[in-house]
Amino acid sequence: MTEIFGIPLQAFMSQILLGLVNGSFYAMLSLGLAVIFGLLNIVNFAHGTFYMLGAFGAWLLLTYAGLSYWWALVLSPICVGVIGVVVEKTMLRWLYKLDHLYGLLLTFGLALVLEGLFRQQFGVSGQPYQVPDLLKGATNLGFMFLPNYRAFVVVASIVVCLATWYVIEKTKLGAYLRAGTENPKLVQAFGVNVPRMITLTYGFGVALAGFAGVLAAPILQVNPLMGSNIIIVVFAVVVIGGMGSILGSILTGLGLGVIEGLTKVFYPEASSTVVFVIMAIVLLVRPAGLFGKEK
Amino acid sequence: MVTDVLNSAVGIATGKVANEKKKLMMNVGAASTRLTNEDCNPHTIHYAYDTFALANGTGKAIVKTGGDTWFFLTADYAFGHSLEKDTGDVVKANGGKVLGQVRHPLNAADFSSFLLQAQSSKAKIVGLANAGGDTINSIKAANEFGITKNQSLAGLLVFITDIHSLGLNTAQGMLLTDGFYWDMDAQTRAFAKRFFERAKKMPSMVHAGVYSATMNYLKAVQAAGSDDALAVVAAMKKMKVDDVFLRNGKLRDDGRMIHDMYLMQVKKPAESKYPWDYYTLKATIPAAEAFQPMAASRCSMIKK
Repeated sequence: MTEIFGIPLQAFMSQILLGLVNGSFYAMLSLGLAVIFGLLNIVNFAHGTFYMLGAFGAWLLLTYAGLSYWWALVLSPICVGVIGVVVEKTMLRWLYKLDHLYGLLLTFGLALVLEGLFRQQFGVSGQPYQVPDLLKGATNLGFMFLPNYRAFVVVASIVVCLATWYVIEKTKLGAYLRAGTENPKLVQAFGVNVPRMITLTYGFGVALAGFAGVLAAPILQVNPLMGSNIIIVVFAVVVIGGMGSILGSILTGLGLGVIEGLTKVFYPEASSTVVFVIMAIVLLVRPAGLFGKEK
Repeated sequence: MVTDVLNSAVGIATGKVANEKKKLMMNVGAASTRLTNEDCNPHTIHYAYDTFALANGTGKAIVKTGGDTWFFLTADYAFGHSLEKDTGDVVKANGGKVLGQVRHPLNAADFSSFLLQAQSSKAKIVGLANAGGDTINSIKAANEFGITKNQSLAGLLVFITDIHSLGLNTAQGMLLTDGFYWDMDAQTRAFAKRFFERAKKMPSMVHAGVYSATMNYLKAVQAAGSDDALAVVAAMKKMKVDDVFLRNGKLRDDGRMIHDMYLMQVKKPAESKYPWDYYTLKATIPAAEAFQPMAASRCSMIKK
């Protein structure tokens, strides 16, 4: 059998594919963070919590309203987005002129409070959530057994990421958004409602996290701590990609998923650390991140 | 008195501080046998279960029914290592073989990669030397990737709340060792009912264990007529404990509270008649056999 670095090609291929699945989550979450940081200048530490809320939204909709996964995929991110809008309107709004640190502290506090409430209510063991019937089963790719649902996750996340990138970089709406962050006064003078635009951007950014949460629900258990488990890695992804770089965060997310997947084969003990080692190296060589611009 | 203390690393550290400050720790949540061996001290009582008892119950039962080649999925910290070692020893002692292991970080988000490695080992049994969310996610991913078609999973530390989270469809047929099951008899059911009313879930062995540890501590304080830690321990050693959690409980000199343990099998969905009806009792492991024999003790307090 063909081997790469001492492991069979088949195992190598399947690990790359699995890495892409995890990378999809990193990409979606870091994209939301990058959008929020790029346009609002807020380091959104509550991002993992919104991801958790998305997953819980799906579970609550199923358990108490009997709504299927597909409904949850649409409704849960919307609910999370609405919560985000409320947070922006009532709290974040007052912090834009202050140092980054204040936004970070506020969102971190918010994350602790929400997480604590869910822990209190639902415990830490997690709630079960089944893979939707349509995507049950697995496809034999020859070199591995790929569960259909995981394939769906990769496709869904890439579509959503590219659509977001397109809207922000290539459309008129995106141009307003970018202009609004560069010079809000001037854009407002042209008759654009900048504060509302910022509110909606935050809502959209956290809705992305909610969407990732719904996608994650059938794979992981729906657990109040799922957000804090992933958010630190996602922050490292954003730092490596370059704060505020949209395409950078997508590519870095997918890429790091793959690197992490391969580490799990070669040196599994380091698989939770490898992202941070890469982060340290990137910060030494390119302090603005791989895709970031020096300011 | 400090009780509960989940996580073996935290449990060992707490035990050291408790000894320094001359306060009693009655550890319920942690599993490492180090608490009553290398890290034993006069102020540490290990109350509910440990990795030896888990390995001894589940490992032996599985090897005896033909599961004689093992691959471990091990959480990379004190508890996981201890559970992997103890189970590996039991497997080998009963004529089985350990083909390999992969160490995953605590709270790993995704287990598919580790499970594919377990799959390529071709071992009959994939031993899950992890706990909580890690065990749940391993079992879920093993089902998803079709690993359970050719290999069997052995959950080495599985709480009833984990089974609840997984659902019987995913968990059915699994063998596990537990120190408590809410549906054992009238006494456990009465306790479970009271617990459920408040917590909205059935108690696991840690929940019942914390309750039992606290009650027996208070009884021992009463018997000793003092809350001095060492006097309480001495009083507790004289007690024969039988309550909702501990059956045939006896506190040994190494700090180990021994009591009956149970080998359970997870029911098929069709066999489950009411909420939380999850386990069939396969065997009761008597207190004297369930835990590490004193002869094998590595505790410095035990004179040989």
